[in-house]
Amino acid sequence: MSVAAIFDESGHPLQDTAGDGPAPKAIVVAYGFWIFLLSDIVMFSAIFATYAVLAHATAGGPSGAQLFNRTRVLVETGCLLLSSYTCGLMSLGVEARHRVATYCAALITFVLGAAFLSVEISEFAGMVARGATPERSAFLSAFFTLVGCHGLHVSFGLIWLVVMMAQVVTKGFREAVVRRLFCFSLFWHALDIIWVGIFTVVYLIGTRS
Amino acid sequence: MNILGKLSWSAIPISEPEDLIASGLMILAAVGVLAWVTAKGRWPYLWQEWLTSVDHKRIGVMYCVLALLMLLRGFTDAIMMRTQQALAAGGAQGYLPPQHYDQIFSAHGTIMIFFMAMPFIIGLMNFAVPLQLGIRDVAFPTLNSVSLGLTASGILLTNVSLVIGEFAKTGWVAYPPLSELRFSPGVGVDYYLWALQISGVGTLLTGINFVTTILKMRAPGMSYMRMPVFCWTALATNLLIVAAFPVLTATFAMLLLDRYLGFHFFTNSGQGNPMMYVNLFWAWGHPEVYILILPAFGIFSEVFATFSGKPLFGYRSMVAATMAICIFSFLVWLHHFFTMGAGADVNGFFGVMTMIIAVPTGVKIFNWLFTMFGGRVRFTVPILWSLGFMVTFVIGGMTGVLLAVPPADFQLHNSLFLVAHFHNVLIGGLFFGVMAGYNYWFPKAFGFTLSERWGKAAFWCWLIGFYVAFMPLYALGLMGMTRRLQHYDNASWQPLLIVAAAGAIIVLCGIICQIVQLVVSIRDREQHRDRTGDPWDGRTLEWATPSPPPTWNFPVLPRVEGKDAFWIQKQHAGGSGAERGEPLRYEPIEMPKNSATGFVTAFFAVVTGFALIWHIWWMALLGVLGAFVTILAFAWRERAEIEIPAAVLERGDRAYRAGLNR
Amino acid sequence: MSTQTHENSSGSTRGESREALRSGFFVYTVGLILAIILTATSFWAASTPLLWAPGVALGLAVLAVAQMGVHLVFFLHITTGPDNTNNVLALAFGLMIVTLVVAGSLWIMANLNANMMP
Repeated sequence: MSVAAIFDESGHPLQDTAGDGPAPKAIVVAYGFWIFLLSDIVMFSAIFATYAVLAHATAGGPSGAQLFNRTRVLVETGCLLLSSYTCGLMSLGVEARHRVATYCAALITFVLGAAFLSVEISEFAGMVARGATPERSAFLSAFFTLVGCHGLHVSFGLIWLVVMMAQVVTKGFREAVVRRLFCFSLFWHALDIIWVGIFTVVYLIGTRS
Repeated sequence: MNILGKLSWSAIPISEPEDLIASGLMILAAVGVLAWVTAKGRWPYLWQEWLTSVDHKRIGVMYCVLALLMLLRGFTDAIMMRTQQALAAGGAQGYLPPQHYDQIFSAHGTIMIFFMAMPFIIGLMNFAVPLQLGIRDVAFPTLNSVSLGLTASGILLTNVSLVIGEFAKTGWVAYPPLSELRFSPGVGVDYYLWALQISGVGTLLTGINFVTTILKMRAPGMSYMRMPVFCWTALATNLLIVAAFPVLTATFAMLLLDRYLGFHFFTNSGQGNPMMYVNLFWAWGHPEVYILILPAFGIFSEVFATFSGKPLFGYRSMVAATMAICIFSFLVWLHHFFTMGAGADVNGFFGVMTMIIAVPTGVKIFNWLFTMFGGRVRFTVPILWSLGFMVTFVIGGMTGVLLAVPPADFQLHNSLFLVAHFHNVLIGGLFFGVMAGYNYWFPKAFGFTLSERWGKAAFWCWLIGFYVAFMPLYALGLMGMTRRLQHYDNASWQPLLIVAAAGAIIVLCGIICQIVQLVVSIRDREQHRDRTGDPWDGRTLEWATPSPPPTWNFPVLPRVEGKDAFWIQKQHAGGSGAERGEPLRYEPIEMPKNSATGFVTAFFAVVTGFALIWHIWWMALLGVLGAFVTILAFAWRERAEIEIPAAVLERGDRAYRAGLNR
Repeated sequence: MSTQTHENSSGSTRGESREALRSGFFVYTVGLILAIILTATSFWAASTPLLWAPGVALGLAVLAVAQMGVHLVFFLHITTGPDNTNNVLALAFGLMIVTLVVAGSLWIMANLNANMMP
């Protein structure tokens, strides 16, 4: 599909307007990934809806107000937000084709993401130790699934980040690698967007006294 | 902990004769095919040209082959149900004990919707959309192959359940609490859930692929309002897939968590809420039926225009109606559970919305009628299917509007009236549509037309058979017979059920005619060669290629100047093929390389699915790791594309133009 | 989102690249600061006794939506430019689906629960 990419004066590839032929591959891949992200957000919304419906189904067990610790959530939020920022810096490094900047920003992003996960895992472990397991009630099932699904996505993101850095090491900033790095950054930012929804609905609204 | 999880020799149904016979026949057929391929030495060809192909045309054909095979399996289930119900009146028990009958109706629904209808429409969209858009392939060809592989994995797992273990007995919707572990402790529901989760991922990837392709990749000059209507319906369909399938994935994931880890989403205990499953399932389920019907509508638009020799009437209103249906389909889902406890306000809202959604469909029906009006209609097989659709689907739609009235639905919900309604629209709409599409595009895919005589025979058998099989069910529903009955006391129902069984036999004749049609057409293919690539005097760009098209579809991407781009090309050339837009120069192009990714992913998907069903955890882990390694292998491949030299393009194009002149 | 794939290697565009990088850095940093402000406000609003309690939930929802918007604009570069139309339309479609699924489910399930036997 060799349609030459057309650039405007500032070097940006021209998007297809109605009928210039197939768009350049970078745009096609980015758009496809954007559609995938939207589908992922719809999936999260189904789990969100279930959580909202089951939020009070504690079956005599502990409720959110009794279990959640806002300070810990603030720490998690800070880690993820900062990692989103450093991911943005990584994107700038990729744009500049600057390997060291890319590696450094990626490393910090990874560390912050891993920190988020470790706080979340310790929260889950603590809850399980107190008997607040997902098998205890529908509310807890919904909580563990919603927050856990997000955590699973973060884990996949971390694995993907490592793979992408391996790709940069072995293949450099080839077109395909740059496209994939762009998709990764979209994914990572989207995860933070979903976290905004989670900490607001689950941890803040859910623990109002 | 047993190394093979729950799997043991007792999983093989040695003590159940019907199951054993069915499994045996299926294994025999599968082994027979594999043996024949081996004997003919065709594995290298099959591997290089089909299994590792990322060509949308090949993938489309393979999807349709899967669909046709599963049509046979799903229809076998149907015949078994019809004969059982014709026999089991009064005190009679028929020949199918309940635990089998329940699996059969569950498998029938699951297979017909997920493994016949979906692959068929996806196959036809795969084949035709890139050609109609005037491009060379979809946005993500290897991903396309993965989608096919995952669908095939789901099919394989469902069919394995016949031999090893059992299938779900919950109906194709698998409502909890029946589908929870407590009431369905066997592997049946797990087969259902994993097969559909796996193929669901494949379908979602298809949705992403086609939305991107249609929105971002069209031939130069093809603005949105110059796209063929089939591409518009494909866009709406794939937007619905992207929007709805994630809901199904989430819902099944939650049921799986309940079953595997003791969660309480939909259980009776722990304050779970089974109705949330029903709610979410149908939030997917209603868009799903529009996913099924919209491509059929698109096919009819193409067929009516082509065989009336006129442009489609009301292009803009067709587009508007399509996109309206796309959006409205998310506003009606409660009508699938009017009777399950919602108040009058909720029921009323969804009832009214359900009636409103009939309006854009009505617009389409009138547009097709006006397309034919004033044209010279050629009564080919595709037009016959389309005319059959017009009458049948309208009847089915009207019974749907009747059911949309909540008080009426309270009487008719889950009766045979409902069963008749949805078969009316699915068979009359979707199935007649894919049959029209199959006959319409077959010559493009294979280079020769299908036998008109056998095609017409098949059509009439299906049309008559459908009415004989399903009109009695409307009456039975009004008489009070519910669905899914393995036997019944009311002997006065039996005559109508015997008539229905006769209808199923007539449909069977139709299917036999279709098989004969295929065999005869292959045998006589030289007499029915399509040498010009345009057997129907078509209007859209897929007919501007040889039959079958080369891998690259178009040596030079066509420049589109209006709707019905090919028709315009033909007008400019004054009817003569050779002057039709001969390119000034040919340039080398890059086409995506074949890849085993799809096939290998499918293999690991089957391994993982089977392992999860039988609780063989180490095998499941290996399957997941295998899939991961496959992704890495794909990510590290050196070359993603091969170059096609200009000389090859030129040679192919010259041969095509030479054929036009004959 | 704008895909800044600079395939160029000519020196004349390097200066412009530096400009682009600087503005990119600025955009991300502003986004971060806005997000931090919105997050802090959310956490404060949830724990302060100074606000009218029933309004807090709505306020938190508004702050969440605002922060999602900040992410979309500053991190994901979703703008209203003409080459972004498809992205915005897709986002609007996705948001519509999310709203229908969540709001529809809540309405239906509340209605069903209300009609359950006491």
